[in-house]
Amino acid sequence: MGWVLLFGAATSIMLILFGAIGYLFYEGIGIWGNNQPVGWAFDIVNFVFWVGIGHAGTLISAILFLFRQRWRTSINRFAEAMTIFAVICALMFPSIHVGRAWLLYYVMPLPNQMSMWPNFRSPLLWDMFAVGTYFTCSLLFWYVGLVPDLATLRDRAKTRLRRVLYGIFSLGWHGGNRQWKHYELAYLILAGISTPLVLSVHSIVSTDFATSVLPGWHTTIFPPYFVAGAIFSGFAMVMTLALIARKIYRLENFITMNHLEKMNKIMMVTGMMVGYSYGCEMFIAWYSGNPYEQFAFFNRAFGPYWWSYWIMVSCNVIIPQIFWWKKARTNLVWMFIASILVNVGMWFERFVILITLTRDFLPSSWGWYWPTIWDFTMLIGSFGLFFTLFLLFLRFLPMISMVEVKGVLPQADPHHHAPDTAPAAKPGDERPRPHPGIEPGPALGGAS
Amino acid sequence: MSAVTGRVTAVIAQFDTPADLLHAAEKVRDAGYKQFDCHSPFPIHGMDRAMGEKRSPLGYIVGAVALVAFSAMTYFIYWVTTSGYRMVISGKPDFSYQAFAPVVFAVTVLASAIAATFGMMILNRLPQLWHPLFESGSFRKFSDDGFIVSLHADDPKFDPQSAADFLKRIGGKNVETVEVTA
Repeated sequence: MGWVLLFGAATSIMLILFGAIGYLFYEGIGIWGNNQPVGWAFDIVNFVFWVGIGHAGTLISAILFLFRQRWRTSINRFAEAMTIFAVICALMFPSIHVGRAWLLYYVMPLPNQMSMWPNFRSPLLWDMFAVGTYFTCSLLFWYVGLVPDLATLRDRAKTRLRRVLYGIFSLGWHGGNRQWKHYELAYLILAGISTPLVLSVHSIVSTDFATSVLPGWHTTIFPPYFVAGAIFSGFAMVMTLALIARKIYRLENFITMNHLEKMNKIMMVTGMMVGYSYGCEMFIAWYSGNPYEQFAFFNRAFGPYWWSYWIMVSCNVIIPQIFWWKKARTNLVWMFIASILVNVGMWFERFVILITLTRDFLPSSWGWYWPTIWDFTMLIGSFGLFFTLFLLFLRFLPMISMVEVKGVLPQADPHHHAPDTAPAAKPGDERPRPHPGIEPGPALGGAS
Repeated sequence: MSAVTGRVTAVIAQFDTPADLLHAAEKVRDAGYKQFDCHSPFPIHGMDRAMGEKRSPLGYIVGAVALVAFSAMTYFIYWVTTSGYRMVISGKPDFSYQAFAPVVFAVTVLASAIAATFGMMILNRLPQLWHPLFESGSFRKFSDDGFIVSLHADDPKFDPQSAADFLKRIGGKNVETVEVTA
């Protein structure tokens, strides 16, 4: 019943988004508050925000997998799903912001009757390749991870329809070791190639800004700063979703306090990296001796949009500091509030960067930006799309990777059953434990 | 073991634990069977060696595809910017390769991911919506908590009766002859 209510609410918001997009196509992007000099606004803010949300999913599933962090197994599946849905929301914004969205194929290098080819020096094209690749790789990674679980659902299906559908999507998986052998290597390779993607996608998104000549954007710290921010906001979103799913589906034994605490620590670290970047930007603006750069940063903190800057600093730098205290790291209410505030702050970070456009070199070209109702509709509507997809996922697919959880249980380790043949553990040879007091077995990719 | 009424495709037996399956695989391998498999809900550490399996060639496939994608995309951009649709932008060289790195990188990664996924599917002969072993009801336990050895009929050493006896001898439970009745 709770699911139906949530799904109804999410779908309604999503339908509002579709209505708004329809009106946008009919009327053009003049319905947004974009103007001269603010040619980019909520569309790009939302795009960068949603791409950032997606990053934690890839980080959890790929990088933590490569580092054999077995605690990831209970959160990786829905973190990956979150990535895919967030990237769908993200892809929507650049697609509709080009105005004539039906001509979007112009950015793709397709042969056409005009013998035109796109400009490979253009950041818009880089975005198309970067985010398109990111989406495809995330989808493949997620799907490959799902196949053995879909086989389980197929074998336990109670109705014929489910059996057929799960049967089709599980591809006829029979779990033989000859399949596992190729499967594990494929999963490892996908994790390996998704890892540089985490760093490259947001770096490329940041170079959309950094390749311009505008004061406040033309900085080399952008790629690492954006990546840290992306992981920060992504973890906050995983936290929000994990806490809700944990509560509704009573997953306390799978998503333990240990998991949540580790995620809080990562949020604190990435939050401090983001805070460092804010400080560094300020310092370099001052140190460069460039009056335009200095003014841009002074203006961010004390100009007409000062409030957005200070919301950003409060939410992203100050709020995560509570995670120094174990009490806050293990308090569900605190972490839920913090995760939401961090997402608010990260949205404002992108807004603050964009709002630099209102005042650049010449006071004669200064302007003012204020969003219209359609800007807000699309921002809120994108959350409707995201949550609709996410709720469908929670309902119809295993939200926790069954195969990986089975793989890290102590019973899964052949050595566990034959202690006499297992090599004696060396002192200091401690492996990470998924749950306190339980020895982990081999995880996916652990076998050779 | 049920009476044989159709074409026998395999004999399967169930084991209790991953360790039992591992030891069973070693015994099957040592007995000289080549066409057999060990089905488990998750990959078991050390099973490749127990079964006498070679490493997966997938890494070489992905590496080759990545190399081809990298070269092809670099050449394509070179062609586009120098002759296909030449654009002079800020007086920069036609082949200003630094600016092409993001696209070439993305295409290389994309091609590798597709090669890894579809390479795995081809090596595993997927999608294969029907498999002879699915004829057995008890085989379905493999995806839950069953650890199953299957000796396949296309093995030259295979004989339904002796295979079943062998599996029983090495500790297999619920030994079953899988037949296709069609």
